[in-house]
Amino acid sequence: MFEISPTEWTAILLSLRVAVIATLVATPFGIALAWLLARRDFWGKSLVDAVVHLPLVLPPVVTGYLLLLTFGKRGLVGGWLADHLGIVFAFRWTGAALACGVMSFPLLVRPIRLSIEAVDRRLEQAAETLGAAPWRVFATVTLPLALPGVLAGMVLGFAKAIGEFGATITFVSNIPGETQTISSAIYSLIQTPDGDTAAARLVIISVVLAVGALVAAEVFARRATARLHGQ
Amino acid sequence: MLRVDIQKQLGEFSLTASFTSEGRVTGLFGASGSGKTSLINTIAGLVRPDRGTIVIDGETVDDTAAGIHVPTWRRRIGYVFQDARLFPHLDIRQNLDYGRRMNGLTEDPAQHKRVVDLLDIGALLDRRPGKLSGGERQRVALGRALLSKPRLLLLDEPLGALDESRKLEILPYLVRLRDEAGVPMVYVSHDAAELRQLATQIVMLRRGQVTAFGGVKVLTAGG
Repeated sequence: MFEISPTEWTAILLSLRVAVIATLVATPFGIALAWLLARRDFWGKSLVDAVVHLPLVLPPVVTGYLLLLTFGKRGLVGGWLADHLGIVFAFRWTGAALACGVMSFPLLVRPIRLSIEAVDRRLEQAAETLGAAPWRVFATVTLPLALPGVLAGMVLGFAKAIGEFGATITFVSNIPGETQTISSAIYSLIQTPDGDTAAARLVIISVVLAVGALVAAEVFARRATARLHGQ
Repeated sequence: MLRVDIQKQLGEFSLTASFTSEGRVTGLFGASGSGKTSLINTIAGLVRPDRGTIVIDGETVDDTAAGIHVPTWRRRIGYVFQDARLFPHLDIRQNLDYGRRMNGLTEDPAQHKRVVDLLDIGALLDRRPGKLSGGERQRVALGRALLSKPRLLLLDEPLGALDESRKLEILPYLVRLRDEAGVPMVYVSHDAAELRQLATQIVMLRRGQVTAFGGVKVLTAGG
């Protein structure tokens, strides 16, 4: 029961790699966007907000198909990237990371936005009177004070990314060793006659990873909060 | 030297102020709602005047006719708020050092020691703002503003959030600051007694208008 086969290991490691890359690449964008939504008023803000949340409410298969249309080899963006930068997403693990990044983006942005909104603007003002340029106010006051939210967003995004299934399988299919993550491996296993035990192992592993991520988020948040309250 | 000649409409409230002060401590005196805080925030650059000019130490930081509005962070001012606004994620030492770092000033241990001694905050350096009393926080806020080497120090009711005994604890530090630090100050208060002890010149405000300007004597004239 507890012998993990090489194929399963491949799927686990691939899931981890996809989720880590997706989270790390998405985080800077998430912070920038969260800051814009929290601190700036601009034309089309509600629209941007809606688009960010779209992956949360669209059927994942729709998001995956839209990704395929956009980032596929003949897609508008995908074609350009392949021709000019040699970056290919279609049917590659990078595509899985892109799909997971897009799907987890709303979960990543939301806690960051809330924590930036919670930062006392009077402290930012104080920093300004002490000679800090706007970007340094952000780097030395806003971001450190919003850190619990950033970490919470990253962990939530990671947990979502590691379990993502619908958009990933639509966009990059289910190729063992390239795009077969834990979720798509489970999907394949429960469709094969004697795959039940292997599926059960992967199910346990997903549960462990998800619970681990939530515990980590909690620990980070507590430490950061203690730090911020001047303890 | 500080020269102010501005107009600002804030909703229903209109603020008009014009005065020139050479004094070491210019006291802005008035009841709440008289426009003191709006005026000091305009001097700080946090509020942009609709019309007029502000000159700090010979530099025009606001001139609406010429389209000049120097942002707060480039005004080289210090600002002590009623609520100290220390950075909760930094310890006291880092709070004190913040302005020096942001202004790219070289370390000045002698000045640092002078300010720390003047305000008696040497024992607090390794603590966090959350562990300080209100009076201690306000002293640190004073030190933090001073160590950014401002050419004008703005104080908005720095004793306003403290009870009587704490006020008496801080007041002597402010007097020492006035006599020893050599930085001109603008001091906002609604407390005539406080200003009598500290200010060298008074700008009296009422409903957004300057009603009197002069020595501390104007405080007894009844406004």
